[in-house]
Amino acid sequence: MTAVLTRRPGLARIRTAGSPLHHLCLAVVVLVTLAAVAAPWLVPHDPNAVDLGSALAAPSAGHPLGVDAAGRDTLSRLLLGARTSLLGPLGVVVFSTVAGVAIGTAAAWRGGRLDTLLSRSTELVFAFPGMLLAILIISVYGEGLLAPVLALAVAYLPYVSRLTRSLVLAERERPYVSAYRVQGHSALQICLRHVLPNIAPVVLAQSTINFGYALMDLAGLSFLGLGVPALTPDWGRMVFDGQTAIQHGYPLSAVLSCAAIVLTVVAFNVVGERWADRVARRDR
Amino acid sequence: MSFAGFAARRLLEMAVTLFAASFVVFGALYLAPGDPASFLLAGRSASPEALAAVKAQYHLDDPFLVRYGHWLGDVLQGDFGRSLTYRTDVSRLLADRLPTTLLLVAMALLVVAVVGLFLGRLAAVRGGATDSAVLVATTFAVGTPSFVAAVLLQGLFAVRLGWFPSSGAGEGFADKVWHLTLPAIALALYLIGMLARVTRSAMLEALDSEHVTVARSRGVPERQVIRRHVFRNSLGTVLTTGGLVVSTLLVCTVLVETAFSVGGIGQLLELSTSTKDFPTVQAISLIIVALFMTVNLIVDLLLPLVDPRITLGTRGAAA
Repeated sequence: MTAVLTRRPGLARIRTAGSPLHHLCLAVVVLVTLAAVAAPWLVPHDPNAVDLGSALAAPSAGHPLGVDAAGRDTLSRLLLGARTSLLGPLGVVVFSTVAGVAIGTAAAWRGGRLDTLLSRSTELVFAFPGMLLAILIISVYGEGLLAPVLALAVAYLPYVSRLTRSLVLAERERPYVSAYRVQGHSALQICLRHVLPNIAPVVLAQSTINFGYALMDLAGLSFLGLGVPALTPDWGRMVFDGQTAIQHGYPLSAVLSCAAIVLTVVAFNVVGERWADRVARRDR
Repeated sequence: MSFAGFAARRLLEMAVTLFAASFVVFGALYLAPGDPASFLLAGRSASPEALAAVKAQYHLDDPFLVRYGHWLGDVLQGDFGRSLTYRTDVSRLLADRLPTTLLLVAMALLVVAVVGLFLGRLAAVRGGATDSAVLVATTFAVGTPSFVAAVLLQGLFAVRLGWFPSSGAGEGFADKVWHLTLPAIALALYLIGMLARVTRSAMLEALDSEHVTVARSRGVPERQVIRRHVFRNSLGTVLTTGGLVVSTLLVCTVLVETAFSVGGIGQLLELSTSTKDFPTVQAISLIIVALFMTVNLIVDLLLPLVDPRITLGTRGAAA
């Protein structure tokens, strides 16, 4: 094998040309993120303002998407719900990615006992589905966003650390690493400045997919009333509220919040998978 | 390695992981802020007798590891302690509810296996527009959480059309199956998408291999090529997802059973979590983890039978 001392393009130049579905999903991701960021300035009503007189009202000029069973404006709750619904998964993904990359890199670089310990504990975490771990922690700490986010982050961590470990193991054998070693760069410096940027696209693509799954898990916990506090607008909670409205023959608020969840998850999954696909093809 | 030796080794590994898992489930109690006794009694009448009973039940005056030993010993004998909400033995509560949940999971598993394999096979064999349609459909199925599916199915088929009951578990077997049809479909939807994708890519890989080209060139009928040389070859890959499928089904029962008020252990898990009935949460968590590991073990043992190219234990070594 001839040693070619070129660096991989890293995060630069990932072409996003793709199918219409991919473009659509990218647009949804951007739109939902913008809505979440700008929600406080966009909402027409206070999301918790109760107007029982117009409860379950159909869409009108004042309430473009109607009113839920408790007399709250659906559009305002959807927009502000985007904040909590995206912030939770973001926390899960950031924590699991940072910790997973650190652990995976350390295990691959050092090997030996650390590596064995890691793969043993990975097996243990795999036996606990993320949702179950979150429920276990919630039953101890009580409702709230922090406990389930941390529990899910721990549950998603092995996926990231295992991926990172295999990537770093492959990367360590490449000539550029020994070249830097010969020049006297420290292991930490090589990892942070050279290995990490090279493996980043693959890891981040996986994290984008994880974002969708974390959103599903957290929305499920909110649906059960175990996630966000009762009054905070959240898509999962809106599905729960909408379930009673459906039984009164008013499906709109439930259908809208269901659609918001499904479209967002699908969009993040498609974008992440596409990205992973591109990176894999480019590396070959 | 002999089959018995392999089975014994895997059984031992499973016991070790299960032991560690039980430690996590037990130790979670001590993450709670404050005194475990007052936590276990949170929001309930804390008479001195009740406090003493809880202390005695959990051996709270003993050191941590002794407590753990006592608890594990009880669990191994099927004694999960007393539920603080229902004031009965947790094992009684579970015994009443487990059959409903197991029926629900079995029905969902059947739907997943039949529809998932069918769709995956269809997409791989037909290709073209069928493939694209299945791909889009599975993309949406994988993005639909089971509680969303549950609420939408309930709204359409139970409330609007009235074809199925909207809640409850029913009496007698036929009635139970009728009551659990919608929950089972809601539970299955996500995994149908996943399994169809796995089947599709495994079959495409098999279709690409040389033995398929050889079989075709020898004039073996296409149907037989697909059935004997492609589908059969891809089953091993599909089977490895078995543990994941079952554990996802079990965990998602908490969402679907709550949405449909089915009254199985999933709904019990939700109720006992929100009422902080910790012994019940512990018991259900342990059961789910143990079932997941058992299914994984069965899959590992079955794999060489389904796919003779796999020798015992190579999956574990490769992973």
